[in-house]
Parts: sequence; structure tokens; C-alpha cells
Amino acid sequence: MEIINLEVDFLVVGGGTAGCMAAVKAKQKSPDSSVLVLEKANIRRSGAIAMGMDGVNTAVIPGNSTPEQYVREITIANDGILDQSAVHKTGLLGFDVIQELEEWGVKFQKDNEGKYDLKQVHRVGKYVLPMPEGKDLKKILSRQVKRNKIKVINRVMATRVLTQNGRAIGITGLDVRSGEMYVIKSKAILLCTGACGRLGLPASGYLYGTYENPTNAGDGYSMAYQAGAKLSNIECFQINPLIKDYNGPACAYVASPFGAYTANASGNRFISCDYWSGQMMLEVWRELNSGQGPVHLKMYHLDESTISEIETILFDNERPSRERFHAGRGENYRRDGVEMNISEIGLCSGHSASGVQVDEFMRTSIPGLYAAGDMANVPHNYMIGAFVSGRVAAEHAMDYIKDIDHGDVDSDFVNTEKERLLAPLNNPNGIPHTQVEYKLRRFVNDYLQPPKSPKNMKIGLEKFIDYKNVIDELGARDPHELMRCMEIHFIRDCAEMAAKASLYRTESRWGLYHYRLDFPNRNDEEWMCNTIIKKSLDNNEMTIFKEDLKPYLFDVNLNEEKYDVSVA
Amino acid sequence: MALTSNRVDVPVIVDESKCLDKCKACIEVCPLDVLAKNPDTGKAYMKYDECWFCLPCEKECPVGAITVQIPFLLR
Ligand SMILES: Cc1cc2nc3c(=O)[nH]c(=O)nc-3n(C[C@H](O)[C@H](O)[C@H](O)COP(=O)(O)OP(=O)(O)OC[C@H]3O[C@@H](n4cnc5c(N)ncnc54)[C@H](O)[C@@H]3O)c2cc1C
Ligand code: SF4
Ligand code: SF4
Repeated sequence: MEIINLEVDFLVVGGGTAGCMAAVKAKQKSPDSSVLVLEKANIRRSGAIAMGMDGVNTAVIPGNSTPEQYVREITIANDGILDQSAVHKTGLLGFDVIQELEEWGVKFQKDNEGKYDLKQVHRVGKYVLPMPEGKDLKKILSRQVKRNKIKVINRVMATRVLTQNGRAIGITGLDVRSGEMYVIKSKAILLCTGACGRLGLPASGYLYGTYENPTNAGDGYSMAYQAGAKLSNIECFQINPLIKDYNGPACAYVASPFGAYTANASGNRFISCDYWSGQMMLEVWRELNSGQGPVHLKMYHLDESTISEIETILFDNERPSRERFHAGRGENYRRDGVEMNISEIGLCSGHSASGVQVDEFMRTSIPGLYAAGDMANVPHNYMIGAFVSGRVAAEHAMDYIKDIDHGDVDSDFVNTEKERLLAPLNNPNGIPHTQVEYKLRRFVNDYLQPPKSPKNMKIGLEKFIDYKNVIDELGARDPHELMRCMEIHFIRDCAEMAAKASLYRTESRWGLYHYRLDFPNRNDEEWMCNTIIKKSLDNNEMTIFKEDLKPYLFDVNLNEEKYDVSVA
Repeated sequence: MALTSNRVDVPVIVDESKCLDKCKACIEVCPLDVLAKNPDTGKAYMKYDECWFCLPCEKECPVGAITVQIPFLLR
């Protein structure tokens, strides 16, 4: 295995939504610094927005809402657990990001007067800005990366963060085509590798039939953990109401402003608000368990021109293959509801609220290591949050690196990592990654899918720890298979964290995301705090403890303002 | 370890009569890196059955040689 050594000033790991923005902002702030984007896929079409996006979910636009209102809404939606200063950044800088994207050629929906045409999907405020022509978003972003002459290395997957005396100094990586190993030194590193989208197993049984782009296997969650960074509230899972089997968003966000809504088998409303929250997911779960399923997105009561307008958006953007999915089943929105189901679990702060612990500058607990986008714990951050957090991290990092020299790479660490990478290749007839991953993720479903039971979670935790031995039996015949094998390490780390954290928080919170059958109520007295997971530096064991929330910027009375979305 | 190769229905179909020998567009953009050229024919094919049915391959093909089906298990 050849080793390629590189040295840069600022390294962006993951050239997706957050990563492309971060690289551009870093270069703009400090044109003489070397900035490198390391990407597992190809930045032209990678990550969650590979095929564009059909709307902005968290747009705070002057005249429509204020950053303070936005912070209050998310505080309530997330049952009080958040660092308001980080969420506030999304509110403060989102408008700027939208305007800049517009200059780059991204189109947002405007009304007849040329004003941004915001829609209400959240419980109180208007934060959804449609992008019916958003399909080229990722191409536009990657063009900006090129235009700013930023170096990009595609098809290299980061595998570990290098540290020295508790400071991040670089990463190791694997070229997923040539099989070469990379050792890249950098003064600061931004991890923005997206969600852990391959945690639970989709009901279809297809490993890659996930909601998230399956390239995002929890890489950053695991790499940050292994480097000794803090992760917070991992028990707050991502669970989405999705098109059954297809596992993409049914997209009430797009359709509800046109009059569509989520309905039960009788065609009646059972939730008052379509915004994805744990509370909403709990209502869906209850409805399905009361004999009122299946739940569906109802459009068949709308007129022809409205339905075709909705179709144009949904079949062109974001997850365009849904058109052929429905066609194959002979389904038509004029007659049929979009049958929905509760997804398998994942980890994603873009939608929910678990990830690497960051402050308002997206600093992790390790100096020199930043996190942004879906993997950084800034609750309900979505796409604009990814752009904002990428930008904030990059701008802060360019100041941080000014007075810093490169660290020294520990060759023992690199050799150990090389051994880890070589193990599956040295065992080409070992168990294929498909089978090893399938069983691991089926265990995740069996033991962690909410509602959560204590004994189940304990069995799960033991199984995930034991699974290290199964991983030792993995075999790979080429660098591509090796990539999949190394991703299983990431998934296993996430599964262990998810079980550990779910057992630790002995209350229920965030609706279905952390609904414990043995502690069915929220207990603010004991649990209005973060749960932190961190690798112990003494014995490499996974530790978990409570940490106080940061003081709020804006007072919110959570006893009065309950996030209740059931239809009485 | 005993290994066997199972037959699977793969989602991506390439029309070999259209696929250009010198092109690699679909292979370059696929986020899952599952497409490759068949060294014997010079035509693209789905080498690994790991598809997100996301469609960049189809959209970027200059000659419309690619059809992405919904993977059988979801279809
Ligand atoms: C189907 C879907 C629909 C959505 N709809 C909306 C919407 O309508 N509105 C909205 O506001 N938000 C929406 N979101 C959420 C939004 O898209 C995400 O929150 C946001 O794009 C996340 O950005 P990110 O940079 O964290 O991740 P991504 O954009 O996914 O980028 C992660 C990048 O890291 C790369 N990578 C992964 N692992 C490694 C590794 N080990 N080494 C190197 N590179 C790696 C990936 O290839 C990828 O390029 C949606 C998400 C999905 C999946
Ligand atoms: S649909 Fe997406 S994942 Fe499947 S082959 Fe095409 S680009 Fe790759
Ligand atoms: S993009 Fe089209 S022409 Fe080019 S290699 Fe792929 S299938 Fe062939």
C-alpha cells in the first residue's frame, strides 16, 4: 500500500453542502492559504444535494421572521436541548447565504412583487422557501469551488483524524479506486461528511435504499469520536415519515402549501403541522398503531393544475426517481395517496439533533478540529444551516491557523492505520461487506428502533461491542470493497454510541426519537442537559456523562410552550 | 471461507450500442462509485449493486445510454 503525503493549511473533509461553502469562504478570507477539499465521491454530484433541493427549510428572511423567532421555534421543537448561540447563527447568516447563492445562479421562488415567497410549514413561523428550479444546486456550488481555484481530491475517503497532544493535525485517507493511502497534514481540519445515513436497515432490505445519500455512513461521527472529540445527544435519532419502500420524502413541505396534507386511512388529518419533529413522528407512530394506517400524503382532493404543478417540482428535483417509482406501481396522485411509513433510524443534526458537539464557531472539543453540516450538533439545521456552519467554521479556522505550525505525525499511528486498512485486503475470501453490514444494521433495527426498551438496548449494546470480532472477518477484493468495509467500522461506532446514549437518558424526549417505554415522560428536572459521549484517553472505553446546557440567549418557557401537533 | 456468486437484478442498464468508448461521465459523477468500464467491450456497466437511484449518471450521459430502474427490492 503506497502512502501519499501532503501538507495544506486548511483541510475540508467532505465536499458536500457545508464543505463546498467552507472551502470557498476560506479561500476568500485568506487567498494565500492552501485549501484542500477531500471528497469520497466527486464534488460535482455528491452528498444530500446531489440532484438539487426543492426548498430551503430554515430561511430567516427579514420581513418574514427574525433570528430570535427562529431560535424560539427550534428551542420548542427540540424540547429545550440546544446551544441557542449556534442555532442563532443560522438565523443571522442564512439570508446572506441565500443572497450569495442567488448571485451564483441558484433560483429561489419569488412572488409577483419579486419578494421571496415563503411558506409556513413550521408550527409558528414561515421558514420554508421553495426552489422549484433547484436541481443544479450542486453543479453551481462545485463551479464556485473551481472558480476560486481550490484544490479538490475526489474519490479519497478520510478514515481517521491525526492528533498530537490533543490537537488535530491531519487525517489519514484511502483512495477508493487505487487503494493508495493518504496522510495529509493540516493546521486546521473541518469535518463535514454528512449524516449517519446507513445506521438502521430500510424495511426494503436494500442496504442503499436509505433516506440519506448512502455515501454518508457516519464517517465524521466516528472519526471525531475516535480522535477524542465530544459528541452530544446521540439518543436523539433521526426518524422520518417517508414514502413507503422508496424511502424518500413524501414531501408535505412542497405539497402542503398547495393544500395537500398528511392523512390517515380514512383520509382525515391527524397532525396539525407537517414540520418534521420527534413529536410529529410520535403522532404518526400512534396513528399506525391505532389501526388507522396506512398514513398517506393526500393530494387527490386537489384540482388537476395544482397536482401537475406539484408533480413538476417533485419529479424534477432532489429525488427525481420517485416519478418512475410511482409509475412502476401504477400510482397516480390524482387518485392515490402517497403511502408513507416510519423510516429506519439514522443520526443527523440537519433534521434532528445529535452529532459532534460544537460551539457557535463550529469548534469541536479538540483544538484545530471543526465540524459543520449534518454531523455537527446544531439542531434542525437543514441545508441553510449546513451552508452557514461551513462558512462560520472556515472563517474562524482561517484566523486560528495564523499563529500555528504543522504538527508532527506519529508514524506508529499511521502504521496501525495502515494495518487496519490492509486487513480486509489480506483476507480476500473473508465475509463480504454486504453480509456483515446487513446483519449489523438488522441488529440496529431489532434493538434500537423506537419505542425503546431497556433490555433490548442492553442486548443491542453488547452485540455492537461484540461485532468488532465480526468486522475482523471482513474480506475485500479491491479498493472499492475496502471502502465499504471501512464504512462498517463507522457504522458500528455509531450503533454503539446510539445504544449507549439511549440507555443513559432515563426519560423520554423528542417524541418518537427518544421514546422509552420504561420512562415514558419527559423529566426536565434531571434531564434538561446534554448527554456527552467521549472516548476515554486512559483506556479507550466509551464514556458518557451529563453536561449543562449553555445559558439561553432568549428566554423560552418550555412548560407553557409545548410542542403539541396532535389534532384533538 | 466458501464464497458463491449469486445472480442479482441490477438497477442500472446501459445501452451498449449508444455508450461511447472514450467517455467516462457516468463513472465520474456516481456518488456511490458503482459504475465502471468493461475492459473487454469499453462500455459502461454497473459493477457493484449499491445504488441510491439518484440519477446523476443518467442526467450526465451525453448520449442517453443509461436507464436507472428502481432497485428490485423497492420497486
Ligand atoms: C433526500 C433529502 C431531502 C432533503 N430536503 C431538504 C430540503 O428540502 N430543504 C432543506 O433545507 N434541507 C433538506 N435536506 C437536508 C439538507 O440537504 C442537508 O441538511 C444538507 O445538505 C447537509 O449538508 P452536509 O454538508 O452536512 O452533507 P452533504 O451535503 O451530504 O455532504 C457530505 C459530503 O461528505 C462526503 N463524504 C462522506 N464521507 C466522507 C469521507 N469519509 N471522506 C471524504 N468525504 C466524505 C460525501 O460524499 C458528501 O459529498 C434534505 C436531505 C435529504 C437527504
Ligand atoms: S443512480 Fe446514482 S447511485 Fe445509481 S448508478 Fe446512477 S449515479 Fe450511481
Ligand atoms: S456517460 Fe453514457 S456514454 Fe459515457 S460512459 Fe456512461 S453510458 Fe457510456
